[in-house]
Amino acid sequence: MPLTTPFHPRVASANRVGLWKHWAGYLIPPQYQYSLTAEYYGIRNSVSLLDTTPLFKYRITGRDAARFLARVLARDIDGCPPGRAQYTCWCNEGGFVLQDGVILQVTEGEYWLTAADPTLRYFRVVARDMGAEVDIEDVSRAFGILALQGPHAYDVIRQLTDDVTSLTYFGATKTEIRGRSVIVSRTGYTGDLGYELWIHSEDACEIWDALMQAGQGHNIVPIGTTALKMARIEAGLLLMGADFHSARFAWVDAQCETPLELGWSWMFRTLEDDDRAFIGRAAIEAELRDKSSRWTTVGLAVDWHEYERVYSAAGVLPPRHEVYSESTMSIYRRGTKEWDYAGYASSFTSSSLLRTPLAIAKLPLDLAKPGTEVDLEVTVIRRPENVLARVERMPFFNPTRKTAAMDEGAAV
Amino acid sequence: MSGVDRYDAIVVGAGHNGLVNACYLAKAGLNTLLLERRHLVGGATITEEVVPGFHFTTFSYAISLMRPEIVKDLELVKHGMMVLPLVNTFQPGLDGEYLLLGADSDANYHEIARHSAADAEAARDLDHLIARLVRALKPWMDRIPPNSRSSDPADMAALAELEGWYEALDPDVRAMLERFRTKSAAEILDEYFESDLVKALYASSGIIGSRCSVRDRASGIVWLFHKLGEFDGDPGHWGFHKGGNGGFTQVLARAFESFGGTVRLNASVAGLRYEEGRSTGVELEDGTVIESDLVVSALDPRQTFLRLVDPEDLPEDLVGRIRDFKFQGTAAKVNFALSDVPTFPGLEGREDIFRGFTNLGPSIDYLMEAWADCEAGRVSRRPFVDCCVQSTIDPDMAPAGQHVMSCFVMYAPYHLADSDWETERDNLGITVQETIEEFFPGFGELVLHREVVTPMDIEQLIGLSEGNIFAGELLEDQLFLNRPAPGWNQYRTPISGYYQCGSGTHPGGCVTGGPGWLAAKQILGDREA
Repeated sequence: MPLTTPFHPRVASANRVGLWKHWAGYLIPPQYQYSLTAEYYGIRNSVSLLDTTPLFKYRITGRDAARFLARVLARDIDGCPPGRAQYTCWCNEGGFVLQDGVILQVTEGEYWLTAADPTLRYFRVVARDMGAEVDIEDVSRAFGILALQGPHAYDVIRQLTDDVTSLTYFGATKTEIRGRSVIVSRTGYTGDLGYELWIHSEDACEIWDALMQAGQGHNIVPIGTTALKMARIEAGLLLMGADFHSARFAWVDAQCETPLELGWSWMFRTLEDDDRAFIGRAAIEAELRDKSSRWTTVGLAVDWHEYERVYSAAGVLPPRHEVYSESTMSIYRRGTKEWDYAGYASSFTSSSLLRTPLAIAKLPLDLAKPGTEVDLEVTVIRRPENVLARVERMPFFNPTRKTAAMDEGAAV
Repeated sequence: MSGVDRYDAIVVGAGHNGLVNACYLAKAGLNTLLLERRHLVGGATITEEVVPGFHFTTFSYAISLMRPEIVKDLELVKHGMMVLPLVNTFQPGLDGEYLLLGADSDANYHEIARHSAADAEAARDLDHLIARLVRALKPWMDRIPPNSRSSDPADMAALAELEGWYEALDPDVRAMLERFRTKSAAEILDEYFESDLVKALYASSGIIGSRCSVRDRASGIVWLFHKLGEFDGDPGHWGFHKGGNGGFTQVLARAFESFGGTVRLNASVAGLRYEEGRSTGVELEDGTVIESDLVVSALDPRQTFLRLVDPEDLPEDLVGRIRDFKFQGTAAKVNFALSDVPTFPGLEGREDIFRGFTNLGPSIDYLMEAWADCEAGRVSRRPFVDCCVQSTIDPDMAPAGQHVMSCFVMYAPYHLADSDWETERDNLGITVQETIEEFFPGFGELVLHREVVTPMDIEQLIGLSEGNIFAGELLEDQLFLNRPAPGWNQYRTPISGYYQCGSGTHPGGCVTGGPGWLAAKQILGDREA
């Protein structure tokens, strides 16, 4: 039987459609109500509550914790001082991405990490090999995680704790809600204003109830993973298993991707000035030096008129309502040659808010410049058709509230 | 065709490799006679209705390594081939603990994580690495191996190709191959796991059918060998043929018939007839002579080279090598007819736990204690038992609601120090039943019938020397370039027109069909040349 999260009693009664999926061995609703769009607008219009417990969770402490993290993580852990969170990734020696995740340094020397796949043993092996005095603890079952995301997220959470007011984007703190100790970070996978809460499993239902109560006047909506995934494309956030795969379970290099190929070169801006000895550094340096990236990851906005046209010409309506796909869609160069393969889209959604079909795509470097035009293959009545799409800088949607200061009583 | 005493080809022994070989020869248009000493085809791959309604896989009991090309070439699906998935693996402990692994990778992660989260992660790494290695090895399973003693340009080229292949392996994959070649199963597992229950589950693959302990270097190769198969392309997984493994050889028999082949049962071959180094036919025990320029032995190397022909007529080094070929069977079977499925305390009513292998051998120490008895020349007092309640998968194996349980038992050494197998037969059955009782209290009350198959039975009934289930140990110096002997690993023999196609040739034991198929390839190639 699949595991259930500590929020399961609440999740089960809120799930009104009887749909469940397995996420990392846990039972999770892909949606709670028939309208995915209503859940999606929970994220963009009011406030949403997501059970994201199936993520693997680790607590990393000990004298050499920072030294260990500086070695194992590809992004500079110095950028994550106490009270901060950081989006990061870790690579193998070949410079290929093993995973991405968010790390928090809540108090000095105490780090908390979420990851989509288990990484306890891998981290322990690295720690042992470098002789680091570090304690890596799998706390996956000890904590549940809730994501409270949307324009009213602050209005909801501030009713329960004062400590969030000063919390800036990617800030993290320990606090208490209804007398229960929780960790709150101003992070999320939606690209919106929001918070993520690490909650002791035994307090799970109590905190869920507190948030739902506080959210009542703000139209709080429990959301499943599908609405979340629609939002994350707008936010330009990659999903392991869709937009890239862990090098750990690859058969050949063609299945692996480097952080540069994933568009994370911003993580390595200071590489020239530092001497961080992280795993994969030599390969990444060589890739930067030799410009040997095989492709890069970009946002792609489909031309609305063309999208309408190819479907209309066939006598059908263009699919725009609740479209989300992780199927590979081929991309071709525009020019004289027909079907001149260039790359592919790894995720696709039709954004209700932005009124545009959007994709996350892999393209050769010469096609990566914003504004570059390519053809995206869509299926119209089971036949392949090309539609014009343009490379666009991600995130596609980036509201100021995501990073704005939350002053006491501020309206959103 | 019966009554004709001359055939284009005679295959001696209707084990699954003899059947596969005979199918290929018949399909190529040769008038082929398949001779079987017993009253049924299948050799070690048979299903017998020992008690009315209860169908026992007397010897071989699961399938994984069957070469997919053979299935297509011989149109086996058309003849009824149906391999059912073994969806679960159940590893009970003696302390109420257990591991129940199934078809879902995430669920398996959490199941192993109950014992160790690090091990759950390690299992993924190890499984992936083994799958990569198996993929790399597959082409060598499916071709006639190079001859290391030949100066023929084709063989020299094949050996160079082998070297090139090895050099080109991904370093991680090559390192894993070297681990299997140079380390024991237990040593490899110590690198990956901390939980004894998890280690023991993996380790048991390293001893199946072999005279070695999990701490013996030889166990690495044995483990790898058992991972070389697949179920529907899913590497390392095993299946169970409809009607038991005997159901599979019946499929082969139907295919053989469809290609126009002739089977003669109760026809025990006394020897090969040959003149001036050329095969002329065979002579049966009853004096019947059947002529053929082409005779293929599907028997093991000892029978093929030392019994069917006069060793005096063979090169001394080959004879010496075959005399030294290690058989030393150490496995037995105990098969049960049961009134119900056994019950594991805490998992009452869970019949599904038996839909796969149930592995009795919960720790490395347990497996080593079993080995200590074997080394001392006696049956393990607490044996490793691989159980398969096949009727939980195939309802036609037993009357409704009742069950058959195939138990593969280690160790039961062919050579007993202070006893003989007639004396030990009952003792073996009782020991196995008592062992199962330890894990599944109340088991004894379910037993309707118990069949004991000793290594001596395996030798005497189906002719596998010393009861070795692989027709010779899966030792590195008895595999691939060396199976059954360097220079004689390409299915030919020193006698022209006399070939070998049993599990004592590459790729080796288990129901692979590989030896029968590759031998046919060699034979048909030689005829064209």
